[in-house]
Amino acid sequence: MTNIIMVAGIVLLFAFFLILIRAVKGPTVFDRILAINALGTKTVVLVAVIGFISERADFLDIALLYALMNFIATIAVLKYIELKRLD
Amino acid sequence: MISNLFIFDSILLLLVTITAITVVQVKDLFASSMLAGLYSLLMALVWTNMHAVDVAFTEAAVGAGISTVLLIGALVFTGRQEKKSDGVKPGALLIVVITGGALLYGTIDMPAFGDPNAPLHTHRGEKLLLQNVGKISLDEKGQRVDHPLYTESYQKEHWDLGDYGSGDEWNELAKSNDFYLHGAPHIPNTVSSLLADYRSFDTMFETAVILTAGVAMLILLRRREEDPEPTMDTADHDTIKGDN
Repeated sequence: MTNIIMVAGIVLLFAFFLILIRAVKGPTVFDRILAINALGTKTVVLVAVIGFISERADFLDIALLYALMNFIATIAVLKYIELKRLD
Repeated sequence: MISNLFIFDSILLLLVTITAITVVQVKDLFASSMLAGLYSLLMALVWTNMHAVDVAFTEAAVGAGISTVLLIGALVFTGRQEKKSDGVKPGALLIVVITGGALLYGTIDMPAFGDPNAPLHTHRGEKLLLQNVGKISLDEKGQRVDHPLYTESYQKEHWDLGDYGSGDEWNELAKSNDFYLHGAPHIPNTVSSLLADYRSFDTMFETAVILTAGVAMLILLRRREEDPEPTMDTADHDTIKGDN
């Protein structure tokens, strides 16, 4: 079972690489926003994977909290693009 | 054998390095601030991997959450493009290299990660455990006085031990524990005992800080009765929207 989860983790990290390439290269702002949002989602899953590997189920709660927090930066960025200001 | 978490750590740190270099290299400040948020997210994963969950969560909340917002807030008042830099300054590079070298040299003395014989676990831990903190547990003759919480009748009445066994078994378990035998009964809950017994002043002032922050937020966010509803068509907003 650990092996399966480990493989899932490695695949996730590979996805991290691909997303990071998109975030670094751009070229438009929206590519970067999508990349960061996707990376936030992957983070949630990876925290859960790490929790399962180290056999600590309470990591699931932390993963949920990450999911809740993920959108804050995205909203700020989108608001900046839309209005050119934050207030 | 290479542990699973070590593999994760190496790949994550590689990603962190790539992100950090890009943050510095990118000329578009908007992209740079977003990548800085990404960096924090990845660092939070590294902390999670080290089981430093509280650090990880603070990193994610502060780094990926609020500081991205603050950086973009700063971008509103500045340009989106970085100024032309003068290239690498040799003096600054030298200072950075020396500082980095000193830090790396410092890590040589550190015990291996997770080493049970690290000074952290052996140096003062036992002394600290022998301390008689918290509930008064000795009378004037030096005899241990059980706090009402720890008497057998109280435990039988109030503690639902569930799968952990009867009250008697529980007492045996507690007596077999050195910590208990040395006459330092604490609050049974580990977190509460740390917060209330060992670092009560710390906790008290932390709570004061949070209370102050909460009160300040309430004062800032309240809506005054005499205030008109905020409207979208102020002159300021129009000028900004004009060049959008």
